[in-house]
Amino acid sequence: MAPIVSVSNLSKTYASGFKALKGVSLDIEQGEILALLGPNGAGKTTLISIICGIVNPTGGTVLVNGHDVVRDFRETRSMIGLVPQELTTDAFETVWNTVTFSRGLHGKKPNPAHIEKVLKDLSLWDKKDNMLRELSGGMKRRVLIAKALSHEPRVLFLDEPTAGVDVSLRKSMWEVVERLRASGVTIILTTHYIEEAEEIADRIGVINGGEILLVEDKTALMSKLGRKQLRVDLSHPLEAIPETLSSYNLTLEGDGHCLIYDYDTSAERTGITSLLAALAEAGVRLKDISTRQSSLEDIFVEIVGAGR
Amino acid sequence: MNIEAIKSIYFFEMARTRRTLLQSVVSPVISTSLYFIVFGAAIGQRIQEINGVSYGAFITPGLIMLTLLTQCIGNGSFGIYFPKFTGTIYEVLSSPVSMIEIVLGYVGAAATKGLMIGTIILLTASLFVDLSIAHPIAMVFFFVLTAVSFSLFGFIIGIWAKDFEQLNLIPMLVIPPLVFLGGSFYSIDMLPPFWQAVSHFNPVLYLISGFRWSFFEVSDVNPLFSAAIILVFLTICLSVLAWIFRTGYRLRN
Repeated sequence: MAPIVSVSNLSKTYASGFKALKGVSLDIEQGEILALLGPNGAGKTTLISIICGIVNPTGGTVLVNGHDVVRDFRETRSMIGLVPQELTTDAFETVWNTVTFSRGLHGKKPNPAHIEKVLKDLSLWDKKDNMLRELSGGMKRRVLIAKALSHEPRVLFLDEPTAGVDVSLRKSMWEVVERLRASGVTIILTTHYIEEAEEIADRIGVINGGEILLVEDKTALMSKLGRKQLRVDLSHPLEAIPETLSSYNLTLEGDGHCLIYDYDTSAERTGITSLLAALAEAGVRLKDISTRQSSLEDIFVEIVGAGR
Repeated sequence: MNIEAIKSIYFFEMARTRRTLLQSVVSPVISTSLYFIVFGAAIGQRIQEINGVSYGAFITPGLIMLTLLTQCIGNGSFGIYFPKFTGTIYEVLSSPVSMIEIVLGYVGAAATKGLMIGTIILLTASLFVDLSIAHPIAMVFFFVLTAVSFSLFGFIIGIWAKDFEQLNLIPMLVIPPLVFLGGSFYSIDMLPPFWQAVSHFNPVLYLISGFRWSFFEVSDVNPLFSAAIILVFLTICLSVLAWIFRTGYRLRN
């Protein structure tokens, strides 16, 4: 299937001379959730802004469902919903009016039933007549999502949607995202919370310094780069790793109370069984055993670090 | 043409007028009444008539123009500057709306508000003085084209302005002197020759003169020339806007 969004060789240089994007190419598949990770100033918001039509590109092209975002802006923008990073709202408007306004702006005829559904899905229905300035930050964030969904977009961009949102609200927002994905909406999100990307995304893109460093299936990425650690807590501390265990990739930590064994999950043999046998043979008494998989955060730090 | 979007922007902007009814409508009525009391009643007793028109009636077109220009520039600039200031402009820029449609929505609303207030002032004035309109079509022509072109001018200022000081610079500092020195309260025949010559460089003179002619058939300059000036001004504003749209100046950069 052709990608729903196709970015090729996109560049942006601002009037100040700052190069925000340096030849970015990226395909986004229909119906997927793509998480874009990157440190501040990496170019995430510029990339989203160009796709949505807020910023003019300096070079390159973006196609949305085969339409060019500059030439065929009407087709592309009516397919896209955008939730911006900043909490920008019309303080003196009511929730209902501002969401209805967004629908009209996208050229759609009024549809109060749809607006009602969106507001109910986002738990905003009882606030529909409140002015936006009366709402909490988390509610304003939901209003921005409601505005982005008011015209039934096929592609939804969420630019750091959970920044400054409490845990329970964050969870309910991800439920909304899951429901949207189930209905066939393609979702692109940027986030600082890597565990969220890990939990929700199908693919992960890492962007830094205006360049895409990688885009990969999340599970493939995790297994390719994911290291696992076995942690063995000892009953009695060791002064040094016994000679008989030198062939294992072990480190001694916690003043000799803990052995750490690094192994590769994709290897044919992890070596755990033989290590445990060797430990018993060497007379080492175990107190506890636990394993830990390296997180997406570790991977992210590794990739961005290597790119510097 | 995205008609729904034009309607949305237009009614969204008009809703602001409803919310700020007191300052939008009541304040121009009060200030116009004050002008009539001060200029019409106090000074008018000494001036009596200009070119056969009673002084109170003579100043009415100028007063309407004064308010029309400041209101249209103010509304036109604020309408586009405020979303830029709060950041909500992202939504308009990411919508399937052409720049022409954006202008029709914002400028249409600004011009409508200006015309509403201008009409209210005209009605207020008719309570103080006897008014007759000799050329109603010409009057509507000057009234509507001035509202539209100065709302466009305001829109350009709103895009150009980076802060509130720049936003207020032209409506507060440039327009009132031009209107006051443009023959709002006198005929330029009453000025010494030097200042008469200087007055001809003031574009607002032509607007007021043409507008006044449509009421009383008296004017400082040929009304056709006045009509040409307003059309030239409109063309300049449209050209600047066309350039802004092409380059994305201060909107999409």
